Amino acid sequence: MAEYSVIGTSLAKVDAPERVTGKATYGADLDLPGMLWAKLVRSPHAHARIKHIDTSRAKALPGVKAVITAHDLPSLPKGATAPLVGEVSIDMSAIREIVMASDKVRYHGQVVAAVAATDPFIAEEAAGLVDVDYEPLPVVEDVLQAMQPDAPLVHEDLHTLEEATQERSDQPSNVSTHMVYTRGDVEAGFTVADAVVEKTYTTQMVHQGYLEPQACAARVEPNGRVTLWTSAQGHFTVRTQLVTLLGLPASQLKVVPMEIGGGFGGKALALFEPTAIVLAQKTSRPVKLVVSREEVLRATGPGAPAVITVKAGATKDGKITALTTTMRYDAGAFPGSPVARGLLVGLAPYKLDNMVAEGFDVLTNKPRVQAYRAPGGTPAAFAVEALMDALADEIGVDPLTFRQKNAAEEGDTLPLGMPLNRIGLTEMLKQIETHPCWTTPLEGPHRGRGLALGYWIGGSFTSSAEVKINPDATASIFVGTVDLTGTRTTISQMVADELQLDPQDITITVGDTDSAPFADLSGGSRITYTMSAAAHQASQDVLTQLKERAAEKLKVSVDEVEYQAKRFRAKNDTRNEVSLSELARESVAWGSGPIIGKGSTTRMQPAHAYAAHVADVEIDPETGKVTILRYTCFQDVGKAINPTQVEGQIQGGAVQGIGWALNEEYIFDNGELKNASLLDYRCPVALDLPMIETVLTEVPASEGPYGLRGVGEVPIVPPGAALANAIYRATGTRLYELPMNPERIFWATRGNGTNGSPGTNGSGGA
Amino acid sequence: MKQAIELNVNGEPHAALVDTRETLLDTLRYKLGHMGPKEGCGNGNCGACTVVLNGAVVNACLVFAVEAAGADVTTVEGVAAEGTLHPVQQAFIEHGALQCGFCTPGFIMSAKALLERNPNPSEPEIRLAISGNLCRCTGYDKIVRAIQAASQALSQTA
Ligand code: FES
Ligand code: FES
Repeated sequence: MAEYSVIGTSLAKVDAPERVTGKATYGADLDLPGMLWAKLVRSPHAHARIKHIDTSRAKALPGVKAVITAHDLPSLPKGATAPLVGEVSIDMSAIREIVMASDKVRYHGQVVAAVAATDPFIAEEAAGLVDVDYEPLPVVEDVLQAMQPDAPLVHEDLHTLEEATQERSDQPSNVSTHMVYTRGDVEAGFTVADAVVEKTYTTQMVHQGYLEPQACAARVEPNGRVTLWTSAQGHFTVRTQLVTLLGLPASQLKVVPMEIGGGFGGKALALFEPTAIVLAQKTSRPVKLVVSREEVLRATGPGAPAVITVKAGATKDGKITALTTTMRYDAGAFPGSPVARGLLVGLAPYKLDNMVAEGFDVLTNKPRVQAYRAPGGTPAAFAVEALMDALADEIGVDPLTFRQKNAAEEGDTLPLGMPLNRIGLTEMLKQIETHPCWTTPLEGPHRGRGLALGYWIGGSFTSSAEVKINPDATASIFVGTVDLTGTRTTISQMVADELQLDPQDITITVGDTDSAPFADLSGGSRITYTMSAAAHQASQDVLTQLKERAAEKLKVSVDEVEYQAKRFRAKNDTRNEVSLSELARESVAWGSGPIIGKGSTTRMQPAHAYAAHVADVEIDPETGKVTILRYTCFQDVGKAINPTQVEGQIQGGAVQGIGWALNEEYIFDNGELKNASLLDYRCPVALDLPMIETVLTEVPASEGPYGLRGVGEVPIVPPGAALANAIYRATGTRLYELPMNPERIFWATRGNGTNGSPGTNGSGGA
Repeated sequence: MKQAIELNVNGEPHAALVDTRETLLDTLRYKLGHMGPKEGCGNGNCGACTVVLNGAVVNACLVFAVEAAGADVTTVEGVAAEGTLHPVQQAFIEHGALQCGFCTPGFIMSAKALLERNPNPSEPEIRLAISGNLCRCTGYDKIVRAIQAASQALSQTA
């Protein structure tokens, strides 16, 4: 492989200076002349029919310029879809209902109307003057209850889709999709097992917790085109959705990406933008819509909870002989939980010859879930990795050895059917064997160590880049991918090495939908991976054009030209040379023309990412509080383009997973969220945590110029089980439900409480 | 109801006509053009709006604008003296202590205030001092390290 001087170094974030000085412009920082403020009116019921909406009192308030309801949005044919990424499309009629409910509200906090007024106080007051007449309906909140035949129906006309046959059930149901994947003969597999363990695990709804509430602004331009500013994960994706939702041609919409204060999957859908645009159209003034933290928690779309049953058998020598799992994921009020991803992530670390993996996508009267970092993965890995720990224990094999004996390898088939290309799971597990976090004895009472694995498939989809040479021999990169965490920097590093330039000689711009080349949204650990191919291609395009010009000057053929240290030379006469500076200067001269390189990629193989976390904990037996003494994350990253950024991604993801494991949960009462503030929904703070150690494995991915793998998703996957397994070793008690907060641990260690309540936890070992 | 107030922001005198319900954060952002402090929660739970008010570290979202009449306010925009980054800012850049950066203005203010009152804080003291600031991207590891590095840099120049 080529030698790199910038790739592999921890270049400081190229956009850090504006962020540490408060100059970076996020969605809410936009202040347009004549701007109005929007405020949303939300349902106080989790399930109710909307009988009538009277906006007259709100409209009469001085300063109010418009009040809209769902009738003001263009109507959509039922089942209208828009492509989200790749083959995934979304049901836009459901999105329209989330934007603004038409005849029925299906979760507490669902939007029913919106106002625009000259200041935020008037807007707020007016929102309170919108009179909505509701007929409350029975609420179904729990996923297992929702699956019962007599449960209240979230959608009266929804019939279960049987994925294999594509047939719908006769009776309406809250189960929107049922899927089953099978392999081998599980009965035979369980028969030859020396031990079989079966358990049911429960996780709660959690929030992505991005620090910036959603914000957008819209303005209708004099020529009728709409400009929309938004802090979303993909401005082209937002445009695609708006085309369907508002019936506007793409050419009539310019979407400008603002800096984004975290998304983690929760800012992919156009849930607020349509409202801002319709209000701007109605008032002929710019309209800004910023949601409050309470609204963020209540109704922007959290991460899915699940109830998961896993049964696995193994022989005494530590080989898994059969596994079955049933995963029930709560989608909230509209279909689309990440249950299929759950099945994939939970089982992907293992060789499974005999397997049944069954999934249910279930509807409840809760906010429609959205993606949250490795969507679906954390609940699944909590269940599977805790079960594997119990099974290893039952047959008396150490948990690391047990993983090593059953680890998936290149060529194995993933649970949902795809063969694995090159992966680094075995190499990563080998590194744990000798690492002090695993070999150092953990002494003292109430202490324990836990291990768990994680997996993420890694996204692909479309990314594009343009690279141009400036007259001063520097380069500018132009992309359409939103920078969530540092991709401006990693893309710059790649182009710097390809063009042999200093990183200081590179600038990078994320352009709007009018100017930047098309790109899918940022998420799923896909940007650095796909951009490596796109930026490489664009850089090669630039070099080819430069070489052609050099060849002409040097009077040799193009393939006789080589590029090194900013000079183009004839291979057989190295004194015959021309500098990059000269070619760059001439590129703006008359008769020469600019140098612009283009690159894009649309379908790469998955770059599978595996991780393993090792946690040391101490439990306070009086209170049940967990203190994390040491936390180490192992991850196969393929190739770390920027080690500091890779570590930062791993640490951040791990801490989100730790929060999910120990603290975070939505608490509902008849469908109403009771902890809709960051005080009551408690994300980890610095005081709760130790330093997070990272150990990088670099087994190159099968595709891409540098062998890198996307790194962002997988670190949130293992923490639940790593901590549950550690808590078991510290207390002798296994926990079956997240979060493992002090109360739950206190009662569980006293043989009490709701630990593992649903289903089958009486059976099996451990 | 509106009220006229005067206050100093980053050493510059300002006047504004404010709603009595308006927070100092809103006044700074929307009347005085200081968009550095961010609103992550609006009720004192995230620290993204951290500013220094008459020498005290406060959440600007918890202060009414009218309460800040006559006050001296420092925001993140006032931390880099004449365009030279403060060692805390420099350390955040060098140690990768930010990803999305939305929390960063608040952390810079809390960290700078910590190092002014305690130039050599221990790791637990650092963690305590920033426990009113939420960061959802970094897991805090690199933020703690950046503050340790800034403490060293400051003690070398002192
Ligand atoms: S916005 Fe002030 S503390 Fe969150
Ligand atoms: S860097 Fe995103 S919240 Fe801290």
